[in-house]
Amino acid sequence: MRPFAYVRATSLQEAADAYAAHPGSRYLGGGTNLVDLMKLGVETPGALIDVSRLPLAEIRELPDGGLRVGATVRNSDLAAHPLVRSRYPLLSRALLAGASGQLRNVATTGGNLLQRTRCGYFQDLSTPCNKREPGSGCGARDGLHRDHAVLGHSEHCIATHPSDMAVALAALDAEVELYGGAGTTRRVAAAEFHRLPGDRPEDDTVIRPGEIVTAVLLPAPAPGAVSLYRKARERASYAFALASVAVVLDLDPGDGRVRRIALAFGGLAHRPWRAAAAEARLTGAVPDPGAVRDAVDAELARARPLRDNAYKLPLARHLACDAIAELTGAHPGSPATP
Amino acid sequence: MPHATDPPAHGPVPDGAPGPAPRTPDGAPATAVRSRVALRVNGVHHELDLDHRVTLLDTLREHLDLTGAKKGCDHGQCGACTVLVEGRRANSCLLLAVALHGCEITTVEGLAGPDDTLHPLQRAFMEHDAFQCGYCTPGQLCSAVGALREAAAGHPSHATAAAALAVPGPAALSAEEVRERLSGNLCRCGAYPAIVRAVTDAGADAAATAAGAEVTP
Amino acid sequence: MSPTAATLEPATAAALGAPVPRREGREKVTGAARYAAEQHLPLRAYAWPVPATVARGRITAVDTAGALALPGVLGVLTPYDAPRLGPSDDPTLQLLQDLRVPHRGWYVALAVADTLEGARAAASAVRVTYETEPHDVTLRAGHPGLYTPEEVNGGYPAHREHGDPDGAFEEAPVRVDVRYSVPPLHNHAMEPHAATADWDAERGHLTVYDSCQGTTVVRGVLAGLFGLRADQITVLAEHVGGGFGSKGTPRPHVVLAVMATRYCGRPVTLSLPRRHMAATVGHRAPTLHHLRLGARADGTLTALTHEVTTHTSRVREFVEQAAVPARVMYAVHNSRTTHRVAALDVPTPSWMRAPGEAPGMYALESAMDELADALGMDPVELRVRNDAATEPDGGRPFSSRHLVECLREGARRFGWAGRRPPRREGALLIGAGVAAATYPVYIAPSGARAHARPDGSYLVEVNATDIGTGARTVMAQIAADALRVPLDAVSLSLGNSALPPGPVAGGSTGTASWGWAVHDACTALTDRLARHQGPLPAAGLSASADTTQSAKQKSPYARHAFGAHFAEVQADTVTGEVRVRRLLGVFAAGHILNPRTARSQLIGGMVMGLGMALTEHSGLDPASGDFVERDLAAYHVPTNADVPAIEAHWIDEHDKHLNPMGSKGIGEIGIVGAAAAIGNAVCQATGRRLRELPLTPDRVLAALDAGPEGAGRVAGP
Repeated sequence: MRPFAYVRATSLQEAADAYAAHPGSRYLGGGTNLVDLMKLGVETPGALIDVSRLPLAEIRELPDGGLRVGATVRNSDLAAHPLVRSRYPLLSRALLAGASGQLRNVATTGGNLLQRTRCGYFQDLSTPCNKREPGSGCGARDGLHRDHAVLGHSEHCIATHPSDMAVALAALDAEVELYGGAGTTRRVAAAEFHRLPGDRPEDDTVIRPGEIVTAVLLPAPAPGAVSLYRKARERASYAFALASVAVVLDLDPGDGRVRRIALAFGGLAHRPWRAAAAEARLTGAVPDPGAVRDAVDAELARARPLRDNAYKLPLARHLACDAIAELTGAHPGSPATP
Repeated sequence: MPHATDPPAHGPVPDGAPGPAPRTPDGAPATAVRSRVALRVNGVHHELDLDHRVTLLDTLREHLDLTGAKKGCDHGQCGACTVLVEGRRANSCLLLAVALHGCEITTVEGLAGPDDTLHPLQRAFMEHDAFQCGYCTPGQLCSAVGALREAAAGHPSHATAAAALAVPGPAALSAEEVRERLSGNLCRCGAYPAIVRAVTDAGADAAATAAGAEVTP
Repeated sequence: MSPTAATLEPATAAALGAPVPRREGREKVTGAARYAAEQHLPLRAYAWPVPATVARGRITAVDTAGALALPGVLGVLTPYDAPRLGPSDDPTLQLLQDLRVPHRGWYVALAVADTLEGARAAASAVRVTYETEPHDVTLRAGHPGLYTPEEVNGGYPAHREHGDPDGAFEEAPVRVDVRYSVPPLHNHAMEPHAATADWDAERGHLTVYDSCQGTTVVRGVLAGLFGLRADQITVLAEHVGGGFGSKGTPRPHVVLAVMATRYCGRPVTLSLPRRHMAATVGHRAPTLHHLRLGARADGTLTALTHEVTTHTSRVREFVEQAAVPARVMYAVHNSRTTHRVAALDVPTPSWMRAPGEAPGMYALESAMDELADALGMDPVELRVRNDAATEPDGGRPFSSRHLVECLREGARRFGWAGRRPPRREGALLIGAGVAAATYPVYIAPSGARAHARPDGSYLVEVNATDIGTGARTVMAQIAADALRVPLDAVSLSLGNSALPPGPVAGGSTGTASWGWAVHDACTALTDRLARHQGPLPAAGLSASADTTQSAKQKSPYARHAFGAHFAEVQADTVTGEVRVRRLLGVFAAGHILNPRTARSQLIGGMVMGLGMALTEHSGLDPASGDFVERDLAAYHVPTNADVPAIEAHWIDEHDKHLNPMGSKGIGEIGIVGAAAAIGNAVCQATGRRLRELPLTPDRVLAALDAGPEGAGRVAGP
C-alpha cells in the first residue's frame, strides 16, 4: 500500500471538489472492499475521500410508496429496516445471504454496488488481468475459472460481479442516484448500473469519474407481488454465490397468469443478469413448470460456459425454476413467502 | 457491559466544525500522509499520530499494545480481528484508523468489568470449553457481544424464518440462528458446537436479565 | 523402581480422567494470552517476504532501489546478499541462498522496515526479474515422472505386498474396483506462521518467539542454519494459534525473521501474509487412489489393493502415506499397498492433521461402503466381519483394538439399526453413512524436571507446546497424580527451549511423550521426597527424567487407536448443496485423561473432516503454477453454520502396553474417516457415488442430473 492523503468530506460538493483536486483518488465508504484491494496493491489511490460520514445514512419512505435508501446506510441496517423487511423481503434476504454480520455492519449501500470482482487473477498482481491492467490479458481464461461468468463475458474478461444485494436491486427495478458535482444528479436503473466487460473490463459500472452514489431508490412494490432470493454456495455461510436468483412475481389472481415477473441471476455474469428473454416469455403466461423451464432455458441458451463452469447452467436453471415454483405454490415444499 | 436495545449507528456524527473543503481532522493539508487521530479504546482516550495506511487492527496491536484482537487473514475473511466500533461488531483489519477519528472502540480487553469480573460470554466460553488454540477467541467473543445486541435490537439473519422477517422484534436465538450469526468468525480448531452452546447460554441469561428488569420497577 | 513399570490406575488417580478446565482459559478469553507476533520489544522492526511470481526458473536480477528509497526501510535481503546459511535437513529452509526458483511463491527477497506498513510497501516495491523455464504442476495418473519412493512419510516402506492380491481379486466372487481423489488441502491454522526474533549481539544470544509445534526442534535447526550453539538460542512458544502439522518443523518465517534481526540488529517480527501460506508452509498433497477389494459372498475380504499416486516438490521429497492405514484395518491375506510420487514444480507438501490416514481412510472406507453395497450387506456388519485379530501387515498382536465396539456403540447411539432407506423432505434427500477410523500410537523421547518447593507447591518443567490441545492442563493432571498432590499445587513451565528437550506436538504423540517424562520425573521426585528427612531445603528438591530409553523400545504390540463415524446428511436437489445434519464419533484411544479437552479435540478433528468432505479444496493453476485458493475467502474452511450437532464419545480402554498413563493420541483420529462417513451418507441419500472430494454443489448436481450409477465399479454376481 502506498502512502495516501485523506480527506473527510462533510458535504457532497466538498467530496466532489476533493476528488477533482486529488488525481487518482477514491471515495471511501465502509472500505470493506477498497481497503482489502489497497492491501493487495490492486487499488493504489493517492488520496481517499471519506464519504462515510456524509448525511446519507437515512432510509426514507417516498410519497409514491417507494423507498429512498441513502448511500451510506450500512448493509445490516438496510436488511433490518422494518419497511424493507415488510415490503422488500427479497432485498433483506439478499443482503443477509452475503458476507458476515460484522462486514454487513460496515459495508455501505453505495459501496456494496461498487465492490469489485473476487476473481483471483484480478486480486493477484503477478498474473495478467485486463480489468486491473488493461491490455495485460486474462489469467482466468487459461487458468482455473470455476467461479467465473457464463453469460455476457468477453474475450477480455470473464469475471463475475460478487454482490448479492445488487441482484435483488436489479429484480426490484431499483434506481441508483448519482451526484455529479455542481448540484447535478442523475439516475440509472440498477439493472443497467453494472456493465458487461466488452473491451473495457476496467469499467465495472456506468459511473463517471468523480460521481458519487448518493442513494438507491426502490419503487413501490406491486400489491400482491411475491418475491424470493436463493443462493447456492460452497459453504453454508460467508461465501460468495456460485449462482443466485432473485424473483419478483405478480400473478393475476383471476386466471393465474403472470402479470409481471422480474428474474435476475447473480454469479453468472459481470453484472446482475436480468433475464429479459425469460421474463418476456413468461409475461401473460401460466407459469406451469414446463413453461418456466422453457423460458429459463431460452435465457440460458445465450450462455457460453467455459471449461470449468458449465455446472452453473443447470444450477441456475434449477434455482430459477424452483424459486418460481415456490412462488406460484407449485412447489412440493414450503409455501410462497409473502 | 451495557445491553443496548438498539445498536448505535456506525461512526459518530460528523465531527461538527464545518470548515473549508478539503481537510483532514486537524486541518492539515490534504497532501499529508499522516494525521492526528483520536480514539477512545475501552474507555481510555488516545491521541495518536498515524500513517493513514494503519488499520484499526494494527493501531490496537502495534501502537496501543492491545494484542487481544488477532490478525488471522488481514482481509476480512476470518473474523479474528473483530472488535466493537461504536458498539457494533466490525472487522478491524479493514477499517482505517484515520477514518474512525472520534470513535469509541471496545476490544476483548475491554469486555471484563472494572473489577476484572468476566463478561458473561467470557465465563460461558470457559465453562463450555469453547476454544482450543484461543486465536479466534477474542474475535468470537466480540462478535458474540455484537450479535446478541443485534438480536436484541431485532436484526434478522439469513437463518430467520419468513414470518419473523416480516414482523420486526427481538430475535429469538435458536442454535441455528447463533451458528449463522457467528459464521463471520472462523475457528480452525472446530470449537463451533461449544461456541454455540456458550453463546446460547449467555444469550439466554442476558434475555432473562432483561426480562427481569422489565418487571422490576 | 523402574520409572516405567508403574501404570497409573484410574481408580487411585484424582486428576487424570477428570474434566479439568484449561489452565490458560482466562488468558485466552481476556486477550491476555500473547502469541509470537505480539511481543513488544523496544525498537522492534517488521519483515515482509517477497514471493516468486514464476513457477520455475532462475532469478536474473533483483532491483531493490525503489524499496530502499522508501521511508523507514532498513534493508532488503536478496539471494545476492543474504547471509549464507549452514546446513539443514530441510532444503525448504535454505532461503535466499541461490537463484533457483523451484515453485511459485518461493521466497526471493525479504524487506525489513521500522513499521509494518513500511515493510509491506517495501516488499511490493522490490522488482525481481526471472529467466523462466517450462513448468508442470499437474498430477495425473500415468504421469511420466511417477516413481515408487523407498519410504513414505512416517518412515514406512512405500510398497508392501502379501499373498497374491491380483489373483485373489480376479477369483473373488464380489469385487469393487474404484478410484478416488482428494485435492490439495491447506492447514490454515488461525494464527499465521509468525516469529519475533531478537539477536543480542553483545551477549551473542538469540531469542525467538515462534509460532511452532515444538521449540526444541526449532532451536536445533536454527543452530545449524546460523552457526550458533544450542545454548545461544532460546525459542519460546507460550501460546500457539493452532498448527495441525504445518508448524511441526521450522518453516521459512522463523529463518527469515532470524536473518532479519541478525542483519539489522533490532528485534524483528515476521508474520506471514495469509496468501503466502499455501506455497510456503506445506500442504496436504493431492492423492489419487485406486482401490480394489475382493470378497466372498459372506463379506470376507480376500483381496485388497490400495495404490496411491501423489506429488511432491522438486525441493524435497514428502510422500503422503495414504496407503498405510490399509495395512492396519482389515484381516485380508492378499494385499498390496503402494505409493507412487512425481516431483513437480509445486510447493513442498508436508504434514496436515493425520497425514496418510485422513486421505487414505477416505478412500478405503468409501470402497468398503461400495463393497457393502455390492454385497447387499450392512456396512457396519461388513467391517465387523473383517475385523483383524492381529495387525495384517506385520502380524503383531494389537495392544488393544476396539473397532468393533466403537462401531456397535456408535450404531446404538446414532440409531443405525433403524437406518431408514434414503428419504426425501421436499427438495432435500436425506441419508446416513458410516466409516471407521484409525490412527497409530507414536511416542518420542522427552525430558522433564519436577521440583518441590518448601511451601508445598510443585513446579513441573517440560518442553511441551500447547497449540490448543490442552497439553498444559493434561501435563499438570499427570504431574498431580504422580506426585499424589492436588492439581492446584502444581504449576507448569512449558513452551521454552531452555527446558529439558521435548518433542513436537505432532503425530498425536504429545501427551504420551511429554506425559511419560512428567510422570517419571514426578515419580522420582515422590521417591526422593519419601526418603527425605526433615523440612525441605530452601532451594527445594528436584528430580529429572529422560525417556529416551523407554520411548525408543520397540513394542511387541501393534498399537493403534480406532474409531467409527456416523453421519446424517441432506443433499439439496435444487442446488446440489450438501449439509451435514448429524455427525457422531465413537473412539477407542486408551485412557482419556481429560474428557473435556479430549472431546473438544475429537470434535475439532471431525469438523476438519467435514470440511475435507464438503467445502475444502485447493487447485494448482496449470498456467501460472500457483494455488488458486490462497486466501480464506477462496479456500473454504467450514463456518459455524456448516457444523451441526456433533457428538464425540469414547470407549475407555485399559491398555497396559502404551505408557504409564495408558493413553493413545487423540489429536488426529477425529478427522480420519469423517469424510468417508459423510460421502457414504451422500451416496445413500442420492443413490449416486461421488469419488472426488470435496462434494461441492457442482459435482453433486451433476451426479443427480446424470444416471443413477457412476462408472468405475465392478459389481459381483
